[in-house]
Amino acid sequence: MLAYVVRRTLYVVPVVLGVTLITFILFNIVGGNPVYQKLGKHGSASEIKILTHEMGLDLPLTQQYLFYLKQCVTFDFGRSWSTNQEISSMIKAGIGPSLSLAVPAFTASVLLSIFVALGLAFFRNSIIDRLLVVTSLGGISISLLVYIIFFQYTLSYKLGVFPISGYDTSWSGRWEYLILPGIIWVITSLGNEVLLYRTIILDEIFQDYVRTARAKGLSEKVVLFKHVLKNAMIPIITNVVLEIPFLYTGSLLLENFFGIPGLGGMTVQALANSDFPVIKTMTYVGSLLYVLFNLLSDLSYALVDPRIELD
Amino acid sequence: MEKPSIGLWEEAAQRFFKNKLAVVCLIIIGFYSLLALLAWFGLIASDYSVTTPESYAAPSKAHIFGTDIFGRDVLMRTVQGVRIAISIGLVTSLIAIPIGVFLGALAGYFGGRVDELIVWFYTTMDSIPDLLKIISLTFVLGRGLMSVYISIGFTTWVNLCRLVRGEFLKHKSRDYVHAASALGASHLRKMFIHILPNVFHIILINFSSRFILGIKTEVVLSYLGLGVEPGQPSWGIMIDDAKLELPRGVWWQLAAATFAMFFLVLAFYILTDALREALDPKLRNKT
Repeated sequence: MLAYVVRRTLYVVPVVLGVTLITFILFNIVGGNPVYQKLGKHGSASEIKILTHEMGLDLPLTQQYLFYLKQCVTFDFGRSWSTNQEISSMIKAGIGPSLSLAVPAFTASVLLSIFVALGLAFFRNSIIDRLLVVTSLGGISISLLVYIIFFQYTLSYKLGVFPISGYDTSWSGRWEYLILPGIIWVITSLGNEVLLYRTIILDEIFQDYVRTARAKGLSEKVVLFKHVLKNAMIPIITNVVLEIPFLYTGSLLLENFFGIPGLGGMTVQALANSDFPVIKTMTYVGSLLYVLFNLLSDLSYALVDPRIELD
Repeated sequence: MEKPSIGLWEEAAQRFFKNKLAVVCLIIIGFYSLLALLAWFGLIASDYSVTTPESYAAPSKAHIFGTDIFGRDVLMRTVQGVRIAISIGLVTSLIAIPIGVFLGALAGYFGGRVDELIVWFYTTMDSIPDLLKIISLTFVLGRGLMSVYISIGFTTWVNLCRLVRGEFLKHKSRDYVHAASALGASHLRKMFIHILPNVFHIILINFSSRFILGIKTEVVLSYLGLGVEPGQPSWGIMIDDAKLELPRGVWWQLAAATFAMFFLVLAFYILTDALREALDPKLRNKT
């Protein structure tokens, strides 16, 4: 067990190195010369030379990569090209608004979808089950963008139930602005999650222990909510843990559309401004979080489920 | 895929065609593909970029879905959108499926160092969240349909690769592969002539599901200003335009693109599910 924990933990190192290598290749080699990007079309030869030197682009690629690696380890990512702020302080400022939107919306959608999925498993193959499965499929066949445009237009613009966009940094003032994006978040993630959890629960229903439980005369309710739910929680929790790192960008589209000054909105802004270092940093930090939560999920999986082979 | 496996595929086909809903979806997808093909050859909706003075004309007999800001016919643009949507699914599959299958086959078949290297590579790729990966790639490549193809194609092979690797791992020690070795078959022959047909169902399921991903991603990319060039008749551009049109009461462009996308994506969801049920042996005997 300990050997597995150590081995699995150490595997983080080559993967994170791989991520830095891919982002480096993408932004520093495929992306073309950032000096031209930054100066635009009107840079003079001397300006180009000075900036190239300032950005360390006249150094060999290996040294540039080592410099980037140092940034990644020390979390000092330099400054944004468009706002000239420290990127690390931009991230600190953005994480609050992002989490204020993401945490309540994500929690609500997970709980609601587990609840619905259990209901569907209970009524499996009935009309209700089929109807809700088709509704879920239909729901996820519409683009997130359509939901945002439609709800913002009808509920905010036409009916004035919610503010159209904006944000208040005070703790109590922000929620007014987060309700509608939160609702859209829940609606748009519900379909996918209900279908996924339903499959997970139905997978359990065909296991032998369920047959045993039924054979000894337990009611379907007890079988489902006590036996099946407990076992289905393992894959469900794994899935939830793996989704947590994605909360850090909140939702790119929702934040941008509703003017929430979080990390998602910041990323979209950076795209619009061709802000290389910000996008590179967001990609790296997002990946780092994913790697860490993946580790967490694997380790807890091994702890909880003795059937997992550790080799 | 010759004689020995015909029974398997026939059985799968029977299971598939019993599912009426799946057949309907297949017909819908066929219809869309036909539209895409006709639009591709310029036989229908070829006047999609012709501007007229009738800006934002409401739906009428002349323009069933009305016109857009430049007086262009929305129905024709929606049909051209089908062409772009289908082409994204096809081209990205042509990029991602060979990568996923080839790397997965190598890793599963040879194991050892090769396997470690490939697993490391796809774990690393997988660690970068999909949207950030696709956004970064389109961002550095610049806007346009070609960037959309490349960025989706080169970033979405990981799932398939992992599945193919798992299957090759299982199959490489089966009797039929040993028999092929005894007959002197080369590694490549065993991998791609003997084992590959037995994992073909995974590729088929993946192929169907890729259209969903491609079509949805195109919309997001277009909103972020990274997708198809503006003015091109993609559904993403049409939906993105709608955010300024709705307050003026212009709903038809949003409605046309949304419905066109809805039926195609829904059909692919149901088709993918039906294929999985018909082809995946793990799901058999479960109802």
